[in-house]
Amino acid sequence: MSIFVDGNSRVVVQGITGRDGSFHTRQMMAYGTRVVAGVTPGKGGRDFEGPDGRAAPIFDTVADAVAETGADCSVVYVPPAFAASAIMEAADAGVGFIVCVTEGIPVLDMTRAHTLARDRGSRVLGPNCPGIICPGKTTLGIIPGRMVTPGPVGLISRSGTLTYEAVYHLTRDGLGQTTCVGIGGDPLIGTSFVDCLAAFADDPDTEAVVVIGEIGGTAEQEAAAWVSGHLDIPVVGFIAGRTAPPGTRMGHAGAIISGSSGTAAEKTQAFEDNGIQVARRPVEISALVGEALGR
Amino acid sequence: MDLHEYQAKELFRAAGMAVNPGEVARDPGAARALAESYGGSAVVKAQVHSGGRGKAGGVKLARSPAEAEEHAEAILGMTISGLVVHEVLVSPIENIESEAYVGVLVDREGQCPVFMVSAEGGVDIEEVAATNPGAIHRLRVDPRYGLLPHQAYGLATRLYSGSGLARQGARVISQLYDAFVDNGASMAEINPLISTTEGQVKAIDAKVTIDDNELFRRPAIAALRDPASESPADLQAREAGLSFVKLGGNVGCCVNGAGLAMATMDLVKYYGGEPANFLDIGGSSNPDKVVAALEIIISDPGVKVILFNIFGGITRCDDVANGILEAVRRIDIGVPLVIRLTGTNEELAREILAGAGLAAVASMDEVVEQAVRLAG
Repeated sequence: MSIFVDGNSRVVVQGITGRDGSFHTRQMMAYGTRVVAGVTPGKGGRDFEGPDGRAAPIFDTVADAVAETGADCSVVYVPPAFAASAIMEAADAGVGFIVCVTEGIPVLDMTRAHTLARDRGSRVLGPNCPGIICPGKTTLGIIPGRMVTPGPVGLISRSGTLTYEAVYHLTRDGLGQTTCVGIGGDPLIGTSFVDCLAAFADDPDTEAVVVIGEIGGTAEQEAAAWVSGHLDIPVVGFIAGRTAPPGTRMGHAGAIISGSSGTAAEKTQAFEDNGIQVARRPVEISALVGEALGR
Repeated sequence: MDLHEYQAKELFRAAGMAVNPGEVARDPGAARALAESYGGSAVVKAQVHSGGRGKAGGVKLARSPAEAEEHAEAILGMTISGLVVHEVLVSPIENIESEAYVGVLVDREGQCPVFMVSAEGGVDIEEVAATNPGAIHRLRVDPRYGLLPHQAYGLATRLYSGSGLARQGARVISQLYDAFVDNGASMAEINPLISTTEGQVKAIDAKVTIDDNELFRRPAIAALRDPASESPADLQAREAGLSFVKLGGNVGCCVNGAGLAMATMDLVKYYGGEPANFLDIGGSSNPDKVVAALEIIISDPGVKVILFNIFGGITRCDDVANGILEAVRRIDIGVPLVIRLTGTNEELAREILAGAGLAAVASMDEVVEQAVRLAG
């Protein structure tokens, strides 16, 4: 099984005619994602040309797209100035799962978008995230399909390329994945490590979970505390930013040590205190998972 | 983006807040003239993006215009946390009765603005949080309604017992929230917010950080950026759209993706080296970006080797390889280059590099070990 989405998920792409939106929509369609609609205000009524002669109708609003196609998930590739508004539009239209790839959204915009999405009962993944991929079933976002393969490992990460690095080793070592989720590098994100861990806990096919964290905030500490009370499958962790100086943003808006809080040491300690094995190098992640699964 | 104290105070004044007067001086004579206009005595404060200005000797009280000139002379040109002071703020001295702390920032956990107030102001609030956490009062603001009047008053009663002061405090707290939201700040604080012996509540310090993601729609705020507060490398990185942080070691790092870039620095340290920088070239493999990245890295004379760690997902390794060749043609690197390329089109990338006599490895550990060895 997979978490949050599966091969039946019906996806509407917001910003489908943009440079990034159109490129990644074709990638998603080629992988097998059921892209049922696209939205670009002012371009409703046309068709989006996908690969292999496939197409998706374009609508002016998400509400129209949902009404006509029954879309239940969305992927947002809208530029930062309009992305929070796009998330709120999707939530208002009743879309239950909203993946926001966009990086650089003003944080005060996101306080409103997250509040509204919670009120409407929608789950937001991201923003500033690579999305979610269920190997062999579906992909929403920008995670390349080539490097994943079906199998028993669940993976959750705040970083894109570091996810690829970890998945590359897992796949090469014969450790396939149920679902890989990029939760995003922003300070305010809609889906936390704990949300993903809880979903993996309910998935009988997931036999081990990898949690890839980084400096800033307390999401890893909360994940560690949750794991020890709720999860009885092995969890392997990794924390990026052991050498990051305090008070400096390291690329991701959320990757900053504030005062003495949010350090890699603190997060590593929280993992170890709660029985999560911590890889010191990215290459060790797969080795630790293999050991934990007796392979 | 951090603002200077005098810039933050302007934003507070624009929100209607009671802020103590003050003007910027860029030379000692101007500081003297300002002190004269305030009746002789004044406080002279270094305008630099750093905490602990007082401890560093960047804040001085002057009892006469001559003394204000002397202090300005000493402070201008001073270096605080690696930043040279080019401006001082000169203000009249206030008769302080009490000092409080008022701040608002974005709370990651609550996903909303959160106020923090304390009657123990005028000191490092992190220290109060560590030693006397009960002295700090928090209030999360629902972004749907903003800060409501009773909430502002409730916070103010944590600072002042008399209703006159509490009302003034509530006004300041509401105005701080308006300034925070209207200017796209991620943090705004007053430390200290004073009450005077005359019974006035006013801000005598101000600190504001603007969310970088807001700047595109706030040109007036973006224009407040002080180029003198940035190193040339930081400036070039920002203009090229690169995420760059100088660290001080000798292994220059050029990586795609923030998480992988941090993991690369950590691995350099793991193998006994010292990373010179954090640099994320992002998803683009535009040769101009690669050139800019290399220029920024080699502008640091401490760099002995440059390490590329690229994991091609959306980014195509052959594009990056072409970017590296272009960069090597355009600028003289002068230090060894070690390259790791894995992922999309990596074989093609290796061929491209081999044609120019450059080799690439496939593993992150291998390239980092190589780099650390070459850095000596």
